[in-house]
Amino acid sequence: MARFKKELSKETPEISTSSMPDIIFMLLFFFMVTTVMRETEMIVNVTAPIAENVQKLEKKSLVSYIYIGQPKEKKLGTEPRIQLDDAFATIGNIQEFIAKEREARDEADRPLLTTSLKVDSDTKMGVVSDVKQELRKVGAFKINYSTRKKVIRK
Amino acid sequence: MARSKKTPGLNASSMADIAFLMLIFFLMTSTMNVDTGIMRILPPPLPEDIEVPDVKERNIMNVLISSHDRLLVNQKPGDIRTLKNDVIEFMSIHPDDPNYPEVTSRDVPLLGKVPTSKGIVSLKNDRGTSYEMYIRVQDELASAFKELRNKLSMEHFV
Repeated sequence: MARFKKELSKETPEISTSSMPDIIFMLLFFFMVTTVMRETEMIVNVTAPIAENVQKLEKKSLVSYIYIGQPKEKKLGTEPRIQLDDAFATIGNIQEFIAKEREARDEADRPLLTTSLKVDSDTKMGVVSDVKQELRKVGAFKINYSTRKKVIRK
Repeated sequence: MARSKKTPGLNASSMADIAFLMLIFFLMTSTMNVDTGIMRILPPPLPEDIEVPDVKERNIMNVLISSHDRLLVNQKPGDIRTLKNDVIEFMSIHPDDPNYPEVTSRDVPLLGKVPTSKGIVSLKNDRGTSYEMYIRVQDELASAFKELRNKLSMEHFV
């Protein structure tokens, strides 16, 4: 030790951590900005059925959602209703809705549009079939029956 | 008491901790919310004057779901638990057996000629069928086909 010059401080210099919060804050802001809490306010109750062989929905920006289920408000009865965007709709509105969704996308992306059917498991197939027929008419062939993943207990 | 003239530096060392806490909170809560589901392609609407293609009876497996969520598989009452195995049985290759669908061979890249069943599973449902049952049947059918495909790829690639 004595060989070293006396002027040198014996302590190792501390690493400056003053920019650490800045880095962390940058990450924080990134995640705060990119997280989307929920897009639409649900006015129908949807409990998706359970299925095993599921695929992930790629490209969220190319998905339009159709919700079918019992209205959340009790006084509206228990008959399953269709929800498009933030409002109740009827079968007749579907073609219009798909046309509007197409309009909002890039021309190149339009054939890739997927319609996700979020249907309550207690719904009868009648209304679902009607929706499917409408989708066929308007040419939205790619559909996805939204399901929950089965939890496999061992 | 002699006071130091410099203002004391603000201790910012805990700032990082606070930022970290918030970061971890947002990291945890921001699930990208991956939607999963069964992908299907709807058939395009048919022109009025189209001819219905003839399909041989032996090539079709009819699966009907009644309004009471009962199954009818080839005119016989079926069971959701055995449906998967029935479909696998039906779609497997049975050469020269008139009880099973016809077999053709198809050229598949890398594999060459592969015997292929001409079988079709036809799923029909009533308006009163519950969506839950419909998805269960769809799921069973999907898992049957998945199993057959997996079997074939195991034969070829392992």
